[in-house]
Amino acid sequence: MIDSSLVDLSRLQFAATAMYHFLFVPLTLGLSWLLVIMEAAYVMSGKPIYREMTKFWGKLFGINFALGVTTGLTMEFQFGSNWAYYSHYVGDIFGAPLAIEGLMAFFLESTMFGLFFFGWNRLSKVGHLTVTTLLALGTNLSAILILIANGWMQDPVGAVFNPVTMRMELESFSALIFNPVAQSKFVHTVSAGYVTGSMFVLAISAWYLLKGRHIEFAKRSFRIAAAFGLASAASVIVLGDESGYAVSESQQSKLAAIEAMWETEPAPAALNLVAWPNDAASRNDWAISLPYALGLIATRSTDKVLPGIHDIRAKNRERIVSGREAVLALESWRKNPQDKAAEATFRKHQADLGFGLLLKRYTNDLNAVTPAMIDEAAHTTVPNVFAMFWSFRLMVGLGFSFLLLFGLAFWYSAKRTITEKRWLLRWALWWLPMPWIAAEAGWFVAEYGRQPWTVYGMLPTHLSVSSHSAGAVMGSLAGFVGFYTVLLVVELYLMFKYARLGPTSLQQA
Amino acid sequence: MLDYYTLKLIWWLLVGVLLIGFAIMDGHDMGVGVLLPFLGRNDTERRVLINTVAPHWDGNQVWFVTAGGAIFAAWPFVYATAFSGLYWALLLVLFALFFRPVGFEYRSKMPAASWRASWDWALFAGSAVPALVFGVAFGNLFLGVPFHLDDTMRSFYTGSFWALLNPFALLCGAVSLSLLTLQGATFLMHRTEGELQQRARTASRWASIVLLISFSAAGVWVAQLNGFQIVRMPDPGSVLSPLMKDVAQQPGGWFANYRAQPLLWVIPALAYLGAGLAPLLQARGRTLCAFAGSSVACLAVILTAGVALFPFVLPSSSHPAMSLTAWDAASSQVTLNVMFWVALIFTPIVLAYTAWAYRVMRGKVTEDFIRANDKTVY
Repeated sequence: MIDSSLVDLSRLQFAATAMYHFLFVPLTLGLSWLLVIMEAAYVMSGKPIYREMTKFWGKLFGINFALGVTTGLTMEFQFGSNWAYYSHYVGDIFGAPLAIEGLMAFFLESTMFGLFFFGWNRLSKVGHLTVTTLLALGTNLSAILILIANGWMQDPVGAVFNPVTMRMELESFSALIFNPVAQSKFVHTVSAGYVTGSMFVLAISAWYLLKGRHIEFAKRSFRIAAAFGLASAASVIVLGDESGYAVSESQQSKLAAIEAMWETEPAPAALNLVAWPNDAASRNDWAISLPYALGLIATRSTDKVLPGIHDIRAKNRERIVSGREAVLALESWRKNPQDKAAEATFRKHQADLGFGLLLKRYTNDLNAVTPAMIDEAAHTTVPNVFAMFWSFRLMVGLGFSFLLLFGLAFWYSAKRTITEKRWLLRWALWWLPMPWIAAEAGWFVAEYGRQPWTVYGMLPTHLSVSSHSAGAVMGSLAGFVGFYTVLLVVELYLMFKYARLGPTSLQQA
Repeated sequence: MLDYYTLKLIWWLLVGVLLIGFAIMDGHDMGVGVLLPFLGRNDTERRVLINTVAPHWDGNQVWFVTAGGAIFAAWPFVYATAFSGLYWALLLVLFALFFRPVGFEYRSKMPAASWRASWDWALFAGSAVPALVFGVAFGNLFLGVPFHLDDTMRSFYTGSFWALLNPFALLCGAVSLSLLTLQGATFLMHRTEGELQQRARTASRWASIVLLISFSAAGVWVAQLNGFQIVRMPDPGSVLSPLMKDVAQQPGGWFANYRAQPLLWVIPALAYLGAGLAPLLQARGRTLCAFAGSSVACLAVILTAGVALFPFVLPSSSHPAMSLTAWDAASSQVTLNVMFWVALIFTPIVLAYTAWAYRVMRGKVTEDFIRANDKTVY
């Protein structure tokens, strides 16, 4: 049996390195398009102030980008180093979008990154704008391929089990690429990045306006950020809803946990606006709910029933019992490939194979499974409701606050009275960290919400790890957190220094 | 869809292409990083060296990332077994590589001499450590790595990190370190002038000598090692797992492919030719030809090792029959086929815009250029 502290440490390390990585990614995604907008304004109007804006925000973009690349290196190899069984079991499918990302997107983004900074005097105006556009395109292409990979973990389509190689294999490439979960996730995630980039420019510009520095520069930057931010905040909410709709189809356990819905209600179900979920007692201590709302939002119908947590667990219990048969039959069949009876039993229960594997957390020998183990496994098929419920509400609440903030910023920017609205400028400044908090909360909902699976319904998390000692992973985890934290401090120091210096930092002495 | 046997062979070649691309492209900016503290004797000189690769290091690094992704997609068994087994070696490479993006980007953003000197050494470590470890890893492939698979295909590594640092593997580390240093030195010859160019020329001469000696010594050593050979396996074009073959070991076995196809000796000969010619061409001022020569050496050295190992990719010293090969560690036919077309379409595109980027940024980097663009260059 696999050491559970090894599993916990491996998860912690992946969560830490991924969350560090996603401190830098959203800013890259958003700021790259803002650079394109600013530079396009320069090419079309010929006004040097727009070139100055492109270069200055570009400098901050570069400081952020370096750590995005650094922390991204880990992500490319960590599946192999710490999730070796995962890599073996689903690498045939999951590895493809990762490799395509390198070849199609990351090469483009990285090559253009160099030309963006060093090509100013060597390329024509339009030539340089093309480079900036390809840079933005590369970062966004990169996001779509990573989210195709992640979308597949959420809703594993187009795959089939191969008993010879003992792994899942690709059956349909187009199902993998056009997975609806991945599509809505992609637009939702890049929109969140655009919000982050807009908030970054908005907040720093607001600070200049509050200090009365670089007024013309800051007003123009503020206006562009407000407009782009408003559109992005609207998009992030609409596509968030689309993601929610996709989840209601593919991952009922995640939806039920997000909404703290313990019992199956007659359609359309009520929405718990605020509640105090009590996981130990499997109920809500109290809740304020809106009748019919959840059913309408999540199913876009008045008659589709959404299962509650109790019913989901009960149904999963049946699948675990059936999955146990699949695992046992597979073991006999692999020992004796001529065993037709075992093969037939396996085929019959194959759809529940992943659920059977959940029991390997308690015993290696599935003949020795007790009803208590099955109950326990069924219980774990829904993640901690309290954590899911509140991190989701934190993300959504912040999402609406962005819509309001960008809406007001856009309105007063358009009326050209923004410099008088010091309360709004202060709000914009203080709201700077919020997109990052919302994004990390969103990833928590997506990834923790998929537990106990790495690949939903197919491969349990605890089976996915590499054969390390817990001590080894503790050592590497400490190394990653220590190293990343030092680099983050250096990055923030430079970011603050250059943001404070402002556009004058570009001028030669 | 192409037949499975052909696809497995193509993917062995394509992973090789990515590793060679990495050695040629990322190799030359790693070589610059290795030489940085030694060739640049003041801040401006060091900035000249850094700015020869400043517009390109990021794009070049993607060869490394893509090679990782391609191994994941094409050989999931290898990706899972090698990176989990060689855990600390991989982490050492990653932690060293962390220094590069931040080193390039942050070094000249603060004026303090101590700040800049620290990042110079960070760039040195970020370049030298991976260059060394890659050779050490290749060396250990010839010795075999102690791992086995259980009946659910879960892999277990039973060796230690320190055992990887054996004399033969360290000799191979000297090969890769001198190879990438030579690549950096010939690149610097082409992109700098005056005093710095002279120093790069001296460095290339030394790197070439070390490379020729260590490569020859490693060849002699390999001839004594136990080579692996498949003695029984189902049709290589069928669906296979790494548990379906028998493997024998015999001294000099790693030369079996060369004995069977004597024409293959051209490859190591090319390594000698490229590495030997590079400094000579430089002495005659043919700097671009010299860079081409050392690039040929990169290609030939990697191919020499790959051909010797073929079809083995990750031999197991503790359970030779469980060694991973290009035949039984590969992805499914569907995945290999899709990824083949993706590679066929996108690799030329990548090469085209990379070439364009080098064309845009062509020419020597001078000290005057650094002084005139003090605030905007690295």
